[in-house]
Amino acid sequence: MTSNPKKLAKQPEHPLDDLIRTERIPHIWCPGCGIGTVFSSCLSAIKATEIPYNKFTMVSGIGCSARGAGYIKLDSFHTTHGRAIPFASGIKMANPELKVIVFSGDGDLFAIGGNHFIHAARRNMDLTVICVNNLTYGMTGGQCAATTPNKAKSTTTPLGNPDAPFNLPLLAYAAGASYVARWTILQTRDLTTAINEAIVRKGFSFIEVLSPCPINYGRRNKEKPLDTLKLYQDRTIIKNGANPALADIDFDKGVVIGKFIDIDRSTCDDRYAELHRPCSDD
Amino acid sequence: MAFWRTPLDAQEIQVTRGTVCIIDDRCKGCGYCIAFCPKDILQFSDKFNRKGYHPPTVTKPGECVNCHYCEIICPEFAIYSVETDSAAASK
Amino acid sequence: MKPAVFTGEHYITGDVACAEGAIAAGCKFFGAYPITPATEIAEHMAERLPDVGGTFIQMEDEIAAIASILGAAWTGAKSMTATSGPGFSLMMENLGLGVCTETPCVIVNVQRTGPSTGLPTQTGQGDMMQARWGSHGDYELIALAPSSPQDCFYQTIRAFNLSEKYRVPVLIMADEIVGHMSEKVVIPDASKIKLVDRPKPTGRKDRFKLYEPGPNGVAPMPSIGDGYNIHVTGLTHDERGYPAMTVEAQEEMMTRIKGKIQNNLDDIIETESYRMEDADIVIVSYGISVRTGLAAVDQARALGYKAGLLRLVTVWPFPEAMIREIAGRVKGFVTVEINLGQIHYEVERCAGGKAKALLVGSAGGKIIHPDKVLECIQKEFSL
Repeated sequence: MTSNPKKLAKQPEHPLDDLIRTERIPHIWCPGCGIGTVFSSCLSAIKATEIPYNKFTMVSGIGCSARGAGYIKLDSFHTTHGRAIPFASGIKMANPELKVIVFSGDGDLFAIGGNHFIHAARRNMDLTVICVNNLTYGMTGGQCAATTPNKAKSTTTPLGNPDAPFNLPLLAYAAGASYVARWTILQTRDLTTAINEAIVRKGFSFIEVLSPCPINYGRRNKEKPLDTLKLYQDRTIIKNGANPALADIDFDKGVVIGKFIDIDRSTCDDRYAELHRPCSDD
Repeated sequence: MAFWRTPLDAQEIQVTRGTVCIIDDRCKGCGYCIAFCPKDILQFSDKFNRKGYHPPTVTKPGECVNCHYCEIICPEFAIYSVETDSAAASK
Repeated sequence: MKPAVFTGEHYITGDVACAEGAIAAGCKFFGAYPITPATEIAEHMAERLPDVGGTFIQMEDEIAAIASILGAAWTGAKSMTATSGPGFSLMMENLGLGVCTETPCVIVNVQRTGPSTGLPTQTGQGDMMQARWGSHGDYELIALAPSSPQDCFYQTIRAFNLSEKYRVPVLIMADEIVGHMSEKVVIPDASKIKLVDRPKPTGRKDRFKLYEPGPNGVAPMPSIGDGYNIHVTGLTHDERGYPAMTVEAQEEMMTRIKGKIQNNLDDIIETESYRMEDADIVIVSYGISVRTGLAAVDQARALGYKAGLLRLVTVWPFPEAMIREIAGRVKGFVTVEINLGQIHYEVERCAGGKAKALLVGSAGGKIIHPDKVLECIQKEFSL
């Protein structure tokens, strides 16, 4: 051991500090966890839109990723498990002016909250849904999730997961999402661009971000954090416009990433206004 | 940066220089910035931060090209780079 | 645009009266899922909300319905949902979120008979304890019980006013008969309807604390976009609204959540009395069972019993002090409710052995006949 650091005279400012509740940093995410990277990318994307900050709100459910809402220095909501999307839908429909971002995890959005996800996609609710997919339930200690690969070990599948995981981009596309992309935390610039695009455009946008959970997933599946990132580097294939049906997560075959879907479709709030709010001149 | 073939305008391209800033006490020592720095100028320091992690340190201060990759891969808001004033850099 | 208040005399159902009450109270957002016998509220809101610039959304289930109204409430909109027993069960977790985050909203439960799917088209009052304790943990909220279509109109307005004033979810515990029965409903002039809006913060934004209580124990509430950069969480939180995982923070939060109701009971609790002046037998009832009680009081009086009726307009918080006080001067209480004993046990607890506490209940399906109450009085009390 050399020497412990002296207390800094003045805390240096990070370029994103204006969007972070700095008094709550360091955050709760484990060393090597990728959620912080996705979160940071999301903040950069918000910044890049140049839309006034009070037009944004972030909603999350429960889980590690869902803690993001507690660190963003914007109006933010940390709701109940799985219910971020309907909560966000209420916000959006009551005030369509707002840019509503749902920042949550795979367990929250696709297991307990799966029903809400498909219905919001069907309605083309104007939300930006960012799903940090770490293939497990991190906060409760690494149980099997709806995204855990077949045969992977978790605390509730000690001999390997007998089930098949969801293909999230395919699910989103089939349900009606108008923007679907998948990146990993390694392609941070593409990810930031994707989130930026998703915020600026109207419609239900879904971005899946593969992110390591070294403590609760990696440890049980012989993956050190840098091994996971190596997989993201070597075993992914960037293919914009790829068919989401071919986007299963199988690192042996290679995982397709990129922007899969970007289509224009009228949104829930637009259609409601069109049908229910006649012009004031009438 | 190593080139397989030297670009014809290599002499004209101005490489930006950056200064890496590290907020030691935010670091949790994941090492992502070190592993993915394209110029390989970071490594773990010997010192401990308040939480007991080894934050990174810059080994080759003049070689940062201000690509910001450490800044955007860092999950902890603990590292970033700023463009070095070219006048100051040439001193 | 059509008016928010349809002043005049109408012949409408309790469900429609409830919806009209909501519109008159300034409701601007309604999220729901269809369920008998509350569907008519959603149908009427779907038709009426666009008239007043509001938004109706039919969600994918009741969990989504309550989540949507909580979200909408934070945009500044007065919000409501309506359901019945099975949907009410699904709403329980987010009801707790509403209480914990101190989100004003109104939840209507047009009760039917349970458990489970039960008798979907027939009346019941079996959700009264669920209304009080259905979400996990300790908490405090407000529940009102309308007993006629006219009352549905007024109680809905009152529910919105209370929820805004105390930043708390308010439940309207109606029942199938009240909801489906058509009666004359008089809607007054808009100027006669007193509306309350949530307290809004003033002062410096950088010093603002989301849960710093105002004079009546209720913290001012900003809306999304007001620039206060609020953080709202269902985790135990401190006055700033930030998660705080300590025993002290939990105690402070619970003191505030319970205190703002318990310290304002006089304002929140409303009861009505009928022939109570000299009564020594008190029939306690609420909702549609009030009608059973009213008839039973008159019939018992005709037989020479000094019967009176205490109607609980506010069921939760329970009027404990009042029941305790009455218990000291009467022979007994007869609680009439369409369940097998829920509010009865509250009455019994507050009677504290000083007066008899009896139940005239039923397993549900229809209104209780006054004869059953009379039988009970004749059996248990001497003239």
